[in-house]
Amino acid sequence: MPLALLVICLTFTTSSPPGPALTARVPASLGGAGQDVGRSCILVSIAGKNVMLDCGMHMGYNDDRRFPDFSYITQNGRLTDFLDCVIISHFHLDHCGALPYFSEMVGYDGPIYMTHPTKAICPILLEDYRKITVDKKGETNFFTSQMIKDCMKKVVAVHLHQTVQVDEELEIKAYYAGHVLGAAMFQIKVGCESVVYTGDYNMTPDRHLGAAWIDKCRPDLLITESTYATTIRDSKRCRERDFLKKVHETVERGGKVLIPVFALGRAQELCILLETFWERMNLKAPIYFSTGLTEKANHYYKLFITWTNQKIRKTFVQRNMFEFKHIKAFDRAFADNPGPMVVFATPGMLHAGQSLQIFRKWAGNEKNMVIMPGYCVQGTVGHKILSGQRKLEMEGRQILEVKMQVEYMSFSAHADAKGIMQLIRQAEPRNVLLVHGEAKKMEFLKQKIEQEFHVNCYMPANGETTTIFTNPSIPVDISLGLLKRETAIDAKKPKLMHGTLIMKDNSFRLVSPEQALKELGLAEHQLRFTCRVHIQDPRKEHETVLRVYNHLKGVLKDYSVQHLPDGSITVESILIQATAHLEDQGTKVLLVSWTYQDEELGSYLTSLLKKGLPQSTS
Amino acid sequence: MAAHLKKRVYEEFTKVVQQQHEDLSAKKLRLTKPSKSAALHVDLCKATSPADALQYLLQFARKPVEVESVEGVVRILLEHYYKENDASVRLKIASLLGLLSKTPGFSPDCIMDDAINTLQNEKSHQVLAQLLDTLLVIGTKLTENPSVRMRLVEVACKHLTDSSHGVRNKCLQLIGCLGPVEKGVAKEAESQAAKDVQKIIGDHFNDQDPRVRTAAIKAMLQLHERGLKLQQAIYGQACKLLADDYEQVRSAAVQLIWVLSQLYPESIVPIPSSNEEIRLVDDAFGKICHMVSDGSWVVRVQAAKLLGSMQQVSSHFLEQTLDKKLMSDLRRKRTAHERAKELYSSGEFSSGRKWGDDAPKEEIDTGAVNLIESGACGAFVHGLEDEMYEVRIAAVEALCMLAQSSPSFAEKCLDFLVDMFNDEIEEVRLQSIHTMRKISNNITLREDQLDTVLAVLEDSSRDIREALHELLCCTNVSTKEGIHLALVELLKNLTKYPTDRESIWKCLKFLGSRHPTLVLPLVPELLSTHPFFDTPEPDMDDPAYIAVLVLIFNAAKSCPTMPALFSDHTFRHYAYLRDSLSHLVPPLRLPGRKLVSSPVSPSITPHEDPSQQFLHQSLERVYNLQHLDPQGIQELLEFTIRDLQRLGELQSELAGMADFTATYLQCQLLLIKALQEKLWNVAAPLYLKQNALASAAAKQILEETYKMEFMYSGVESRQVVIIHHMRLQAKALQLIVTARTTRGVEPLFGMCEKFLQEVDSFQRCFISELPQMQGSFVDKLLDLMPRLVTSKPSEVVKILQTTLRQSTFLHLPLPEQLHRASANIIEPTGESDNPLRFTSGLVVALDVDATLEHVQDPQGTVKVQVLYPDGQAQLIHPKPADFRNPGPGRHRLITQVYLSHTAWTDI
Repeated sequence: MPLALLVICLTFTTSSPPGPALTARVPASLGGAGQDVGRSCILVSIAGKNVMLDCGMHMGYNDDRRFPDFSYITQNGRLTDFLDCVIISHFHLDHCGALPYFSEMVGYDGPIYMTHPTKAICPILLEDYRKITVDKKGETNFFTSQMIKDCMKKVVAVHLHQTVQVDEELEIKAYYAGHVLGAAMFQIKVGCESVVYTGDYNMTPDRHLGAAWIDKCRPDLLITESTYATTIRDSKRCRERDFLKKVHETVERGGKVLIPVFALGRAQELCILLETFWERMNLKAPIYFSTGLTEKANHYYKLFITWTNQKIRKTFVQRNMFEFKHIKAFDRAFADNPGPMVVFATPGMLHAGQSLQIFRKWAGNEKNMVIMPGYCVQGTVGHKILSGQRKLEMEGRQILEVKMQVEYMSFSAHADAKGIMQLIRQAEPRNVLLVHGEAKKMEFLKQKIEQEFHVNCYMPANGETTTIFTNPSIPVDISLGLLKRETAIDAKKPKLMHGTLIMKDNSFRLVSPEQALKELGLAEHQLRFTCRVHIQDPRKEHETVLRVYNHLKGVLKDYSVQHLPDGSITVESILIQATAHLEDQGTKVLLVSWTYQDEELGSYLTSLLKKGLPQSTS
Repeated sequence: MAAHLKKRVYEEFTKVVQQQHEDLSAKKLRLTKPSKSAALHVDLCKATSPADALQYLLQFARKPVEVESVEGVVRILLEHYYKENDASVRLKIASLLGLLSKTPGFSPDCIMDDAINTLQNEKSHQVLAQLLDTLLVIGTKLTENPSVRMRLVEVACKHLTDSSHGVRNKCLQLIGCLGPVEKGVAKEAESQAAKDVQKIIGDHFNDQDPRVRTAAIKAMLQLHERGLKLQQAIYGQACKLLADDYEQVRSAAVQLIWVLSQLYPESIVPIPSSNEEIRLVDDAFGKICHMVSDGSWVVRVQAAKLLGSMQQVSSHFLEQTLDKKLMSDLRRKRTAHERAKELYSSGEFSSGRKWGDDAPKEEIDTGAVNLIESGACGAFVHGLEDEMYEVRIAAVEALCMLAQSSPSFAEKCLDFLVDMFNDEIEEVRLQSIHTMRKISNNITLREDQLDTVLAVLEDSSRDIREALHELLCCTNVSTKEGIHLALVELLKNLTKYPTDRESIWKCLKFLGSRHPTLVLPLVPELLSTHPFFDTPEPDMDDPAYIAVLVLIFNAAKSCPTMPALFSDHTFRHYAYLRDSLSHLVPPLRLPGRKLVSSPVSPSITPHEDPSQQFLHQSLERVYNLQHLDPQGIQELLEFTIRDLQRLGELQSELAGMADFTATYLQCQLLLIKALQEKLWNVAAPLYLKQNALASAAAKQILEETYKMEFMYSGVESRQVVIIHHMRLQAKALQLIVTARTTRGVEPLFGMCEKFLQEVDSFQRCFISELPQMQGSFVDKLLDLMPRLVTSKPSEVVKILQTTLRQSTFLHLPLPEQLHRASANIIEPTGESDNPLRFTSGLVVALDVDATLEHVQDPQGTVKVQVLYPDGQAQLIHPKPADFRNPGPGRHRLITQVYLSHTAWTDI
């Protein structure tokens, strides 16, 4: 069964306006990273534009299921025709692993956007992954080195906070996300509708990267990861201190420390941590890093200084922190050297390779220590020793007794629940959509978000489509003359504006009625309302008029009320005349007349007069 | 007047001017000094295009204008202003008007009317804004005049409706600076505009332009600064501004809220969406705390800084700031701090971390979890973890200030401060160590906290280590293990960084005297004594051993049972250390060791130090016995000088005093020796030896007197006069010697003249002190002055010789505090095994680390001299920023000097 593709698509259909405001409907459908961690692929449709966010793969499968099912997107059309662009948030394979497959094997020729560091590091990881699957496991039907190269040719690199116009209407902008070098959050904007996709991000700074930041961009939808939806983490400092203390103590008593890591990301953070600590404490014990992939990647870390944290950025003029003084390349032979040392070795779960070899050599000595800086999958040696197993059965029925100390430290670079809330507070979105997390945990966060921010929150499953309704503001052109005329009097008070809205050729214009008439070639008609109000008043006509005049003047303080010499009253442009009733001299008839434009005031005036005059004191 | 002016201008300038000037004749001009203004005028008239005119104005602005001609220049400028069509020129003129109004001595009230008039017809917004700025300058110069201020405020209010933000901005600024502050004035003034400046400014809190909103808040703050009590009503408005889109608005709003919270701390405000009410200061505190997690770091810094000064806040809210509930998969999790505390209180030692040691325990009710707190919750937790170090420093400072005023809060924030010791930026680490020191009275460190604190002792930065030593000086430790741990770590530090010796000893001194009971059980172990066996005597010169002894002796001071645990050599070492490191080792009363304890005689009052007494006694002796025979005096002087020098070495507090007097006595001794009668009476051929001796003595005295004058801090004028007197005597001696050696009278004339001038200037400078100098050299000399002026050089010399010999010995009164200025170069050390190598012609940087004691104004006076092997010397002036001031009278110079030299050989 192929992996379902989770697609959000935001399409804006303009329904016929029932009232003065236009309501846009945003049906959103999504495919590829819903309530699940492991692979990300989201399709967003916004105002008719289709954007694919991330193109990840699942590391757990070795068959077709590892890649998203791209046929889901178009059924049978060409991807290039359907998608306007693809955006990759960072270089982790669960966010970019399927890219060569997608662009070269399925076929996509449109633009792919990623940040500069991602563009640099991504092909290294893809190549490494390809080597493992094809060369080591001997799989066929997999993308080739050439395909990776061809795919990378389609990539357009973007800078932080650079607004990139994909086409006339669609624009994207990258924000810093922490997490790993070059990780970015993307804002996708069409007209006044926008979506922010966070990718993976980290709200607390670490030793080599800063914290994610976004401005108050108020997107219609924020798509955020929710790996740690139900966790609030302790201060990073305590963990770092513990880690350093453990390493320091072991080295001081002459032991060896093994730190199994994955080549990119946490490894660099821990290197910086140890490097600065060694520097600070003037320690001499050697630190080694197993070579290969890492060296190439380290090179890029040195290069992209602007993407690192404040400390590294400030000090790189004196010394680039990634030019490690104390950390040297590891050689197989070093493992047998006497004396203390610290070794970073891949892979991180002790399931194979160099880290396992070193582990076997050192496990027997209780002076040594192994520190696991991350999660270990069940079944790996890492998981076994972490759960307290002291005797391990290795291949060939060998029993390995583990006497060395085993420590666990979690150095994770995802935002915790507090961090997610903080980001939502910063960006002030109108809707939130949670992806990249477990359903149960997302449920909790969803409830919290709705409660705290009073915004709608969604958590679609894989393959599910979410539709979001927005209230897009429609830009209307107004003629300068009209604007000046209408706002001339007092700009501060809210005011009703008269004009004619012309909808023509997909554009809206607000013009003065005269101009509208001219453009449409119509003659102007005047509409006048006239109303008679009967008042019981035995006095003479001019006295009645005077009373009405005084009354109106008292009530309508803000308007100009005038008593004309011919015996009529004007309120602004409304005319009031009084005549005696033909039959009953005690009843006076007030004639109120106003134009359509003064309808509001006119009807108010009539209702006022209908209530009758106050009992005069005179 | 105008005609006269015209004539003057005509005289001065070319014909071209005359023609242009014709149409001006109708204008009435008052020029006090026409030259400058006229020149400007001519320039402006010559200008054919706005760009030219602008150029002229720019040139004009570069030169200062004298007070007298300001008004004339202003008139000329205004005139051109009216004629000018180009907005940029008018703008420049307007700014010049402001500049000119600032001229000291010039009263701008005469130009105010004109400036206000120009406002009426101005169309350009930029020029309007500039004119308002000029009015602001005028207004600030005329603050005493309330009617002027009133008028200006009115003008500003009128322009508040302008559509340009710049103009509104300036108007608000003007109202803020000049608006009436006293309530009375506001009532008197009938004018509509001035009735309530606060309301007017408050109306602009909702302006559409963020710059105007900022200006409005700033104007409000300005009013507050000028002493107006702001109304509480604006609190609500200010709170709304905290959610503004623009950071400068939020930043200013935070300030405003802080001001209001200080003004009305106790008023009650309702909590929205509930019926409860809280104190305003608490509410404001909560709001500012919220801003600590703002999106803009400028606001975060601002908020974190202000938190520190909100000491009236209730402790309940204060403690919330450190609160952070952890959870993992919806289950409550304890923070590392809580775990550490529990581990400690259960008496269990760390078993090392297990997988899942921090496994979450109880389930949490999902409804009860507050993910985003509206109040003060976790503000400091956020602030201390911020990505910008500016925010972290501000947060640490705020923590410090709040902890100083609340002991319970101090106890709580300890864990967080200790965490900050591991920050990646040194300034933050240093700041948190200093903070901890400041609050150390309120706290006791737990063992696990102490452990973390002590780990920092290995830091390679000297500043950090020394700050930490100072922290340890005033820390309370709870257990004897803690003391032991501290000692072990300090000794480790000592072996790693031997230069920290003094600082570590001092630290242990205080540690010992603060915790005598905790040190007591450790004594046998520390001294490695054994109940049955004699242990080998440790090396007395080992800094580590001295460190241990310093700790023990200081503890023993208030713990009389401790000396019983000492072994024999310990007592010997005590005697030695008490003598050699008397500032670190206190006097102890040791049973059965009368010899050691004898110096502490009970008869002496505690505040009268015996050594101080000794100093005074010896000086008394010297001053009393001045009529002995020269031989006796010489001997006495020699003994006293020796005593004083020894005293100075022993008692570092008295070193300055002792050295100072010893130097003075030394000078006196030299003078006496040089003047010994029998030597002067010998025959001419033997002069030679005598001359050499006398001139050397004179030279040395001169040198010493300069040292006395400039190398000590705390020297008062009473001493200066004596020093100068001594110098005068030396100069007289020099004159005598020269007179005896030189043949011919000519050169002597000059010298005598010079000497007499010096006497004269001495008299002028110290006229007030002369009465106290009865019978001294200068006293006698001044009596003889009329004679001296008229007599020949040889006569003068003869008179000098006799007066010099007859004059009495002046007492040197001692000031309260006297310290010898000294500099000690710690790095580079003198005898380095590896010489510094550098390529000739290139530059090499050498780190210099020196401590300066009692140097006044080191930034201006201290220089570093580099002596190259070929004898070249180079003086380098260190940057002011390289001086640190760790304590009163102490400075630390850490700088880099750049060496460079061309190739050179010895041959």
